Amino acid sequence: MDLKELYRDVILDHNKRPRNFGKLDSADAHADGHNPLCGDRLSVFVKMNGDRVEDLRFEGKGCAISTASASLMTEAVKGKDKATIGALFEKVHNLLTQQDAPAGAELGKLAALSGVREFPSRVKCASLCWHTLNAALDRSASTVSTE
Amino acid sequence: MAAIAPKAKLDSQAGAPALDVERVRKDFPILERTINGKPLIYLDSAASSQRPRAVLRAVEEYETTSHANVHRGVHALSQAATEAYEGARERIRRFINARSTREIIFVRGTTEGINLVAQSYARPRFKPGDEILITGLEHHANIVPWQMVCEQTGCTLKVAPIDRRGELIFDEFLKLLSPRTKLVAVAHVSNALGTILPVKRIIDAAHAQGAVVLVDGAQAIPHSRVDVRALGADFYTFSSHKIYGPTGVGILYGREELLAAMPPWQGGGDMILTVSFEKTTYNELPYKFEAGTPNISGAVGLAAAMDYVEGLGIEAIAAHEHRLLELATAELESIPGIEIIGTAADKAAVLSFTLKGVHPHDLGTILDTEGVAVRTGHHCAQPVMTFFGIPATARASIGVYNTERDVAALVAGINKVREVFG
Repeated sequence: MDLKELYRDVILDHNKRPRNFGKLDSADAHADGHNPLCGDRLSVFVKMNGDRVEDLRFEGKGCAISTASASLMTEAVKGKDKATIGALFEKVHNLLTQQDAPAGAELGKLAALSGVREFPSRVKCASLCWHTLNAALDRSASTVSTE
Repeated sequence: MAAIAPKAKLDSQAGAPALDVERVRKDFPILERTINGKPLIYLDSAASSQRPRAVLRAVEEYETTSHANVHRGVHALSQAATEAYEGARERIRRFINARSTREIIFVRGTTEGINLVAQSYARPRFKPGDEILITGLEHHANIVPWQMVCEQTGCTLKVAPIDRRGELIFDEFLKLLSPRTKLVAVAHVSNALGTILPVKRIIDAAHAQGAVVLVDGAQAIPHSRVDVRALGADFYTFSSHKIYGPTGVGILYGREELLAAMPPWQGGGDMILTVSFEKTTYNELPYKFEAGTPNISGAVGLAAAMDYVEGLGIEAIAAHEHRLLELATAELESIPGIEIIGTAADKAAVLSFTLKGVHPHDLGTILDTEGVAVRTGHHCAQPVMTFFGIPATARASIGVYNTERDVAALVAGINKVREVFG
C-alpha cells in the first residue's frame, strides 16, 4: 500500500483549502451525514434550478479523505442535473470499491480518490458526502448514516 | 514471516523487578507477523490485548482432552470439564482476593457484568428520587446501562465532573454524593485518558453515605494488583481479553451478601435447582447468575492468563509499562503539534493524543502503513471527547510486550504523518 496513492496532492490541497465550504443561505434543501465509526459529520446544501444543481456548499468536520472528497464533489456536480450526478456517483462508487474500475476522463479530479480502494476502512470516509448529497437531493431524509 | 526487530538494550534499571521483555515477546506468536511488510507494532492493548502461548495452549489442551458440558454429566469428560471450569473460578478468586468462589460470576465481559448489576441489583430496588452517580470519564458501557435503569425506574443519573487533566474533581464528586445516592459506578482506569481513579477513596466516601459501589475494572486488571477486599468494592467487573485471555468471557465479582439478595438475571439451565410449571427454585451462588452453557474454554483461558501474569509479576509488568508510558509521553510532547489528552498525575498505559491539523483517522491510517496499530476514534467515550471539544483522538496503549522500539516506531510514524500533511 502506497500512502502517496491515498494522500495525493489534490487530496491534501482540498483538505487544507476545501472549496465551496460553508453554509449556503439560499439553499432549497440540505442534509446531514454522519459516520459513526470516526465521528465525521458533514452537511450538504443545494440550491436547485429545476432538475439542475445551481449551487451547493458543504460544511462539517472530518478526516482529510472525507473533507477532500466533499470538496471535490461540490466542484464536480455544480451545474449538473440529477441524472448526471447519479451516474457520476456510480462511477465514483466503483472507483472507491473496485480494484479494476477505470478512472475515466469524465471523473476529472475525482480520479484522485482512486487510492482509497487500497484502504477499505476509509471508503466510507470518501462516500459520506455523496450519500449526504443524495439525501439532500431527495429532500427525503434529514440525516443519513454510512452504517 | 518473522522480521523481529533487532535486539535493543532493555530495562534492567528501575526499582521494580525487571521484566525480560524480549523473552515475553517470544511468548506472543502474533508479534512475529508483519503488517504491510513491516514488523507489527501493537499499541492497541487497551482495546484488546494479544494472547501468550500459555493461554492458547491451555485452551487447546482443554478442547483436546477435557471438553464436555459442565455440571451435568456423570461421565468422565463432564467431570473433567467441570473441574477445569471450577478450577478456573478458584484461580480467578485468588487473583482478585475474593472471599469465596460464590462471589465470582462468569459473564461475557465487563459490559455484561455492569448490565447484570444494573438489571438485577438496581432495577428492582431503585425508585424515583434515588440517584446513581458516575463520573465524566466513563466508557459507554458504564453510562448506558444506568440510563436504562433510570428509564425503567424513574431514578436519576448524576455525573461527577472531571477537570482538563482528566482527573475526577473529588470535591464535586463528594458534593454529588448524598443519602439519595444508591449506587456509585466508576472506572478504575479510564480507557480514553488513562486516568487512574482513587477508587478506594471513592468507595469509602460512598459507603459513608450508604451507597454501594461498582468498579469497572476493564482497564485496571492488566496493569495493577486488584484486591477487591482491600478496596472494599461491592461489585468489580472486568474482561478476560484485556488481560491476555480469550474474548467472550469476563468476571463479575460481587459481595456474597449482595449477590444472594439479588434475583437471577437470565433464566435457563444450570441456574435452577428444581423446575416445575408451578414453581422453580433457583440455584445457589454463583450458578444462580450463570444460565445456559458457559464459555468453558474461555474460563480456562482466563485462568491461564492470570497464571501467566502472576508468573511475570503484576508489579513488574506495571513498572515496565509505566516506564514506557513516561518515555512515550516525553517523546510525543517534544513533537510539534501534538497535544496529549489526559494528563492526570496517576495514569496507566494509555496515551491519547491529537496532532494539529490532522484528523486522528488519517493519523491511524498512516501509522498502519508503518505497521503501527493504534486506536483512533472516540473510544466509546463520546462524553469525554465532548468535554475536551474534540471529535476523536489517536490512542496508543501499552501492554507487557511493548518496548522502546515500539515507542520509537510510533514517534517515527507520527513524523511521517507530519511529512505527508506538510
